[in-house]
Amino acid sequence: MRSSSKPSAVWIDFESRLALPLAALFVAFFVAPLFILIVLSLQPDVATRTFTLKNYIEFFTDPFNYSILWETLLLGLKATVLCLIFAFPIAWICARANVRLQQAILFLVILPILTSVVVRTFSWIVILGRQGIVNQIALGLGIVHEPLRLLYTELGVVIVLAQVQMPLMVLPILTVLSKIDPNLTDASYALGAGEWRTLWRVTLPLSLPGVIAGCILTYTACITAFVTQTLIGGARLIYMPLHIYQQAIGANNWPFAAAIAVVFMLSVLIIIGILGALARRSQTYVQA
Amino acid sequence: MSRPKAAIDWEAVSFRFVFTALTVLAVIVLVTPTAIVLLTSFTASESLRFPPAGLSLRWYYALLDADQMQRAAWNSLIVALWTTLVCVVFGTAAALGIARTRSMWVRGLDLLFMSPLLLPALAFGFAALVYINRLGFSPSLEFLVIGHVIVCVPYVLRTTIASLTQLDPALFDASESLGASWPMTFRKVTLPLIAPGLIAGAFLAFMASFDNVPVSLFLADARTEMLPIHLWQQIDTNLDVRTAAASGLIVIFTLALMLIAERVAGLTGQMR
Repeated sequence: MRSSSKPSAVWIDFESRLALPLAALFVAFFVAPLFILIVLSLQPDVATRTFTLKNYIEFFTDPFNYSILWETLLLGLKATVLCLIFAFPIAWICARANVRLQQAILFLVILPILTSVVVRTFSWIVILGRQGIVNQIALGLGIVHEPLRLLYTELGVVIVLAQVQMPLMVLPILTVLSKIDPNLTDASYALGAGEWRTLWRVTLPLSLPGVIAGCILTYTACITAFVTQTLIGGARLIYMPLHIYQQAIGANNWPFAAAIAVVFMLSVLIIIGILGALARRSQTYVQA
Repeated sequence: MSRPKAAIDWEAVSFRFVFTALTVLAVIVLVTPTAIVLLTSFTASESLRFPPAGLSLRWYYALLDADQMQRAAWNSLIVALWTTLVCVVFGTAAALGIARTRSMWVRGLDLLFMSPLLLPALAFGFAALVYINRLGFSPSLEFLVIGHVIVCVPYVLRTTIASLTQLDPALFDASESLGASWPMTFRKVTLPLIAPGLIAGAFLAFMASFDNVPVSLFLADARTEMLPIHLWQQIDTNLDVRTAAASGLIVIFTLALMLIAERVAGLTGQMR
C-alpha cells in the first residue's frame, strides 16, 4: 500500500488510538461488571468470599428454573420464525420497489422500533384485550362466540415480539437482497424456473447471510424483551429476564440472580455462536 | 420444462399474491398499534376502549397536573441528552479508530463494542448494579448515564463506521498533500461527510436511552424515576387513560424527530 514514512500512515496510526477511550470505558463498565457478576454467581452469599457451584446446581436441578430457560429460548424461536415469514416478503418487495416506495416502506418498518417499547406494548394491550379490537372484530364477524384469550398468553407474547422486532429482521435481509445480481434470477427464469422455484433455489440461498444476521438480532432482542414479556405475558408467564429481576430485587438473592444471569448470557452466546457458524458457511456458499 | 404461453402462469400469480398479501398484512400490523395509541389518547371517556367514545383533549390537559410523570419525563430527557453527548464524543472517536484500521485487535474491539446489542441488557443492568455496589458506591445519575452509554453507543458506532468506510481515501490524501493537519482535515473533510451517519446514530442512541428500561431498572436511584419505568408500572397496575395521553405524546414526538432525522440525515438510508 503506502510506505510508513508517509504521514497518512501516521494518521491511521493516530486514528486507531482514538478507539482507546471507549475501550477503557468498556473495560471499566462492561467487562469488569460482567466479571464481577460471574464471581458473585460462584459465591454462596454476598458476604462470604468462598467459591461454590451451589447456585448453578440449584438452577439446573430445579425444574421450575430450567423450564423457564427452556421456555424463554423457545419463545425467541417462535417469535423469530413468525417474524421471518413476514419480514422476508417485505424485504423482497422493498428491494424491487422504486426509491420513493422503498423509503415509505422502510419508514413504516422502522417506526415501531423507535417508538417507546412501553408505548408499543401498551397499544397491544388495547388491541389484544378482552374487549380489544381483535375480539371486537372476531365477535362481530361471528368467527368466535366468546372473547379470545390473547393477552397473558404465550401466543400474544409471540405476536407482539414479532411485530416489535420486525425491523431487526427486515433491514439485514434487505441489504443482502439488494446486492444480489439480478442476472442470476433472470437466468433462473430464462431456464424455465418459476417464481417459487427461483425463490427456493436462487434468492433464498443467496440471501442466507442476511437472513441469519436478521435472525441473530431478532432472536436476542426477543428473549431479552423484558417490558413486552412482562406486560403482555402477565405475572403467570415468567421468562428469564423477569426471573433475574425477581431474584435480584424481589427475593434479594443476588448470588442466585447472578447465576441465572450468567446461564442466560451463556445460552445467548452459544446460540449466537451456532448461528454465526451457519452464517459463515452460507457465506462460502454464496461466494462459490 | 417450458410453460404454455397462453395459460395463466399460476406460479407467478400465486407468488405475487402471497408476497403482496404478507407485506400488506405486515405493514398494517406494523402501523396499527401506533395509530391506535394516538387515537385512544384523544378519547373523551374514562376507559381505554377502542374506538374511543368521542374525541377530546381532556387527558392531555390532565397531563399538566401529573407531577410525578412530568418529573420522570424530565429525568429521562436529561439522562438521554447526556448519554447522547457522551456516545457521540466517544463513539465518533472509536469509529475513526476502527474504520480505517484492519488489525486484529481493532476487529476485536469492534466486536466488544457491539456486544451490548446482543447480550441481555437486563443481565448487564444487574451486573452493573453489583459492580457499583462492590466498589462501595450506590446508584446515581452519573452511573446511570454510563450504563446507558454502554448499551446505546453501538448505534452511533454502526452508522458512523458505515459512513466512514464509504469515504474515498483519496480525499484524505488530497487534504494531506495540500498541507492540512489532521484536526483540520477532520473538521473540514471528514466531519461534514460523516455528519448524516453521525446524526442518525445520535438520534438512535437518544431514542434508545430515552426508552431504556433494563438498565434504568437497576441503576436509577430511588429518587430518580425514569419515564418508561413509570409508565411500565402504571400499565402493570392500573390502566390510567393519562398513560394513553403520555403515550400519544411520545408517539407524536417520535414521529416528529423521525421526520426531522429523515430530512436532515436520511435516516432510513442510514439504517440499512
